[in-house]
Amino acid sequence: MMEKMIFGRYVPADSIIHKMDPRSKLMIIFLFVCIIFLANNVVTYALIGIYTFFMLGLSKVPVRFLYGGLKPVLWLVLFTLVLQLFFTKEGALLFEWGPVKIYEEGVRMGIFISLRFFFLILMTSLLTLTTTPIEITDGLETLLHPLKKVRFPVHEMALMMSISLRFIPTLMQETDKIMKAQIARGVEFASGPFKERIKAVIPLLIPLFVSSFKRAEELAIAMEARGYRGGEGRTKYRQLSWQRADSFQIGLLILLTILLYLLRS
Amino acid sequence: MDISLQHVEYRYQANTPFESLAIEDVSIEIPTGIYMAIIGHTGSGKSTVLQHLNALLQPSKGTVKIGEHEIKGGQKNKNLKKVRQRVGIVFQFPEHQLFEETVEKDIIFGPLNFGVSEIEAKKRARIALKQVGLGEEILEKSPFDLSGGQMRRVAIAGVLAMEPDVLVLDEPTAGLDPRGRKEVMDMFYALHKDRNLSTILVTHSMEDAARYADQIVIMQQGKVVKKGTPEEIFSAPTELVQMGLDVPEVVRFQLKLEEKMGMKLEKIHLTIDELSSAVTDQLSRGVRS
Ligand SMILES: Nc1ncnc2c1ncn2[C@@H]1O[C@H](COP(=O)(O)OP(=O)(O)OP(=O)(O)O)[C@@H](O)[C@H]1O
Ligand SMILES: [Mg+2]
Repeated sequence: MMEKMIFGRYVPADSIIHKMDPRSKLMIIFLFVCIIFLANNVVTYALIGIYTFFMLGLSKVPVRFLYGGLKPVLWLVLFTLVLQLFFTKEGALLFEWGPVKIYEEGVRMGIFISLRFFFLILMTSLLTLTTTPIEITDGLETLLHPLKKVRFPVHEMALMMSISLRFIPTLMQETDKIMKAQIARGVEFASGPFKERIKAVIPLLIPLFVSSFKRAEELAIAMEARGYRGGEGRTKYRQLSWQRADSFQIGLLILLTILLYLLRS
Repeated sequence: MDISLQHVEYRYQANTPFESLAIEDVSIEIPTGIYMAIIGHTGSGKSTVLQHLNALLQPSKGTVKIGEHEIKGGQKNKNLKKVRQRVGIVFQFPEHQLFEETVEKDIIFGPLNFGVSEIEAKKRARIALKQVGLGEEILEKSPFDLSGGQMRRVAIAGVLAMEPDVLVLDEPTAGLDPRGRKEVMDMFYALHKDRNLSTILVTHSMEDAARYADQIVIMQQGKVVKKGTPEEIFSAPTELVQMGLDVPEVVRFQLKLEEKMGMKLEKIHLTIDELSSAVTDQLSRGVRS
């Protein structure tokens, strides 16, 4: 039931992207999210597209899997496109059929905005697909370390994040298990009238909440029993190491930024 | 209601990089009224097989026949609710499925879903509660205020109240104390006899398999490797040990005894009483000759 989900999932593979330092990957994603807004014409969008698919190719994530997992999101992208098509009323009138009027600017905006959306989703999925949750939090913690000076609880936040990421698969398994148990007791999650389906969620959510609270308590006790007392003076087993590939990737993105800047209209 | 699995294969997370083959070419016949035990090492696919018995999982390949209902691999199936009403499953750690405010509401939840009237469902709840060895005073309590063992029994009562024709049990006694275990297993057996239920039990306890089952199926790495009566299965103990399984204590005792005393009994005995009378027989005969 939840098997096709790809968000927050790690797909192990032997690729350059997998081997990169999580810090550089996080920096790249952050920068990418900013510079994608520089694109505003065909050339710049094409550049972003080439870059995204280049990264995708490097990552060796199976395209079929990516497609299967992103299918629901693609509907959202399509919806954005349609929305823009119908509701932008600028430029020359291209097409008219009764109350439906489609303008040139609508087509342009529709395609551009949905492409932007699509590339963003691809790149961010790429981050989680090629980086283990532990790496992501380690990377974030190091990158955000300077914020400690302004009393921002960096370590606590990273810990919270890694715990929640760690328990996503557990929660999914648990959901699947309880769903099956309730289906066996006659609940129908996937069919029936809307009102019934909403009601069907209760026998799923309550056991999930109960077990999550229990698990949280057990985890807290287990951590204390093993002597956890915050991030002060804590050393790391996994050391992050910055490689030449990381510098290269950062350089590539800077190059892309410059190109976008020069080529945008 | 007869159930039969024919060359069933199941893959978890099919068509993803995480795809894994859980069971392969599994064929099992479950005629009405049989008590069948499925044993096997952890991860051998027992729970996966069980979930096919009421169409919670649908085979990637092969056919599952549940009564008149036929479920073929790779097809969409409707009207599974009817099937599910007749096949009750007690999952591993069934207490995790409790959610209602009171024990009574939780027990009648299943029957109500299957269209039983509220009055009838409440009647069944009282009967089921008694069957699992709990008193009626518990009906108005919250299931979350009960002990682990009591929660387990309430969850089992919730399945019994559906009055299924086939009872599927996935390690129903894991984590119970020894007395509770025996009580629950005896209760299932009595029910099996009284109502002529088909019972399919997954267990790690060879004693339970030997004591209750008419037939035993052994699974290993997703395949059925052996089927037979308890006598047949446990008379080849070395084979079992190779598969990482154990033999019942009685059988182990008999084998040791035969080895130490240099004698050989005619067959493998599965209960202490049988074994002791066989041994006395043998000994008295030995004295006479
Ligand atoms: N939801 C799932 N997703 C992916 N793989 C699974 C899932 N459930 C089970 N498997 C895999 O399928 C195989 C069979 O699992 P199954 O739960 O049927 O074993 P089992 O015999 O019931 O084991 P146990 O005695 O521990 O309960 C295992 O290798 C397991 O890793
Ligand atoms: Mg199991």
